[in-house]
Parts: sequence; structure tokens; C-alpha cells
Amino acid sequence: MSRPVRFNTHSKQADINDNIALITAPEGSGGDGYYATNLESVIALGRKYSIWPLPFATSCCGIEFMATMAANYDLARFGAERLAFTPRQCDLLMVMGTISKKMGPVLKQVYLQMSEPRWVLSVGACACSGGIFDTYSVLQGIDQIIPVDVYVPGCPPRPEAIIDGFMRIQDLVGKESLRRRNSPEYKELLQSYGIE
Amino acid sequence: MDNAFIQKKLEEKFGDLVVNFEEPYGMLTFETEKNNNIKMLQFLYDDPELRFRFLTDLTVVHYPENVGRELAVVYHLHNLVDNVRLRFKVFTDVNQPDVFTASALYACANWLEREAYDFFGVNFVGHPNLIRIMNVEEMNYFPLRKEFPLEDQTRIDKDDAMFGRG
Repeated sequence: MSRPVRFNTHSKQADINDNIALITAPEGSGGDGYYATNLESVIALGRKYSIWPLPFATSCCGIEFMATMAANYDLARFGAERLAFTPRQCDLLMVMGTISKKMGPVLKQVYLQMSEPRWVLSVGACACSGGIFDTYSVLQGIDQIIPVDVYVPGCPPRPEAIIDGFMRIQDLVGKESLRRRNSPEYKELLQSYGIE
Repeated sequence: MDNAFIQKKLEEKFGDLVVNFEEPYGMLTFETEKNNNIKMLQFLYDDPELRFRFLTDLTVVHYPENVGRELAVVYHLHNLVDNVRLRFKVFTDVNQPDVFTASALYACANWLEREAYDFFGVNFVGHPNLIRIMNVEEMNYFPLRKEFPLEDQTRIDKDDAMFGRG
């Protein structure tokens, strides 16, 4: 016989009347039929709530990602409805799983094929730093080859943690300036990775 | 068909060339000179009673203390009809690790030998395409030999005290 449930026995009922988050419009002045605000905040709003991720799932963290995309922890609620498996059509590269040294150039090529603006989310201990696989064949963190925006630690991280990482990416997207990708600091960052 | 029968057949055919018969955990194991490995494999394949026609595994063990016999190439064979397994080893020197290839007889030996070359440096003479299979092509050492460390040497942030060193 299974053990009796000890935790989460008084689960709260979902209350839909008071519990819906609505996206508020950016600051601006409006009137009958018009609303004036700055372009950056409108674009940031649009980008933030419609990020299309590219799941680069190699190992166990990929399974946690599958759970995150499934019905229980739905990532589509956050705008990641369309998972593109092609780098040409997506904004966010989610690297989930162990990247070996042989896979490194492949990952770099996928990153180079993405068009700006692009973000990288490194999910799991292996992608962040090599994880428990401190060996000659595993790349000790993908930030050795591509610039990373958000790191999600865990082995594997729970779907809630992956969603949290995604929300941090949303924060970054929401606050990003339109000229960031042309700025000298960004160019210097890319050059330090050998990307022109 | 039991181990005694196989041993008798091998000794009848090859006499002195097969030595060191052992039976760890019930699997018959013997050793031969490295020049005879194809002869052994071919005989075990063709013989109508022995019929060892499945190469389960081809791997290498590195014994750094046995000077002159450091690398042991181990072949695991399986007789699918009578369900009998057999193992035989050939020893080779680490400075001259040439062994004849079994890929003419067993197609799967192609990749197994590439893996043995990749990790131990055993040179299979006559192999159609002996290049690294799992590691990066630019790697210039053989990682599973005992003198090379497991850990990646490019890390600078490891705390030695946490790993039992220093």
C-alpha cells in the first residue's frame, strides 16, 4: 500500500475572480482614439510577452523542459507558445543539458544563426558550469563559447525553476534598450567570444 | 558445449599458442600472441561446433605496471545458438601498439576499434578508417590511459580543499 500523503493536503482552490494578471499599458498619455508613449516601451512589451524559444535540449534537463511545456507547468502561458527548432525564427536559445566539447562548435553555429535580438538561457548545472561531469570531454559551461543572459541552476531544475529563469529573461527583454545591440559594449562582448 | 570442450578444441588446434586459460565467473578466458588474433577469431567463427559468430565487445585495458604488455585488447565473443560466451585477450606494448584489425570478419569491429584507438591509442593494422570517433578530432592524447587525469584541466575555479587535495 502506498504511504499516506503528508504534504500539500490542504491545497488551495484556485480563485479566478481575483487572480488574473493583466498586462498594464506603458506610461504615456492617451485620449479618445490615441495613446502616446515611447516606442521602446511598446516594443519591449511586445517582445517580452511573445518570446519564441529554441529548446537546445541535450540530456536530462530536456526532460524537465518537456514537463515545463506540458499542461501542468505550461510555459505557453508566458508567451512561449511556438517552439521553433530553427534558430532563424526564434529569440531565446534555451540550452538544456550537458554540452560536450564535440558539441561546442555545433552550439556556437546555432547561436550564430540566430538573428538579433537574441537571448540565451542556460538551464541546469551542466550547461552553466559542466555540472558533475568535470571531465576531459565535457565543456565546463557554455559561457566559454557563447554569451549567456540567465543561468538556471539545478540538477535538474524543477519546472518552476525553469519558469523562473524564463521570467528573468522576460525582465531583461522588457528593460532592454533598442540600441543595445549596436552599442560598443555589446560589440566588445561578442568579440571576446570571437563572434563578429 | 561447456568450457572444457572449448578449451580442448582450442588446444588441439593451436597447441602452445593459447595460454592462460581461466574462468572468472564462469566465462572462459584465454590469451594469445597479438599476431594470432585473426587466426583465433576466424577459427572460432568457422568451426561448425564452436560457432562464435557474434562479437559482443572489443575493448582495451591499460596495465601500466606490465612493462612490454601494457595494453590488453579484449574480445568478447558469443555463440548465439548454444548461448555460450568466451573472452580472449591479446597483449601489446604501449610503444608499439599494432594489432591486426577484426573489421574484415566482424563489421561491428569497425567502430569498436575506432573507439579503442580514440581512448587508448591502439593502432589497428588494416582498418579502413582509423580516426577518432567520440572525442574531438584535435585531441592529441589518449584519455583513458592511466597517466591522463579525468578532470578538465582548464578550470581555474576549483577549490582544492573540497576535492581532497592540498
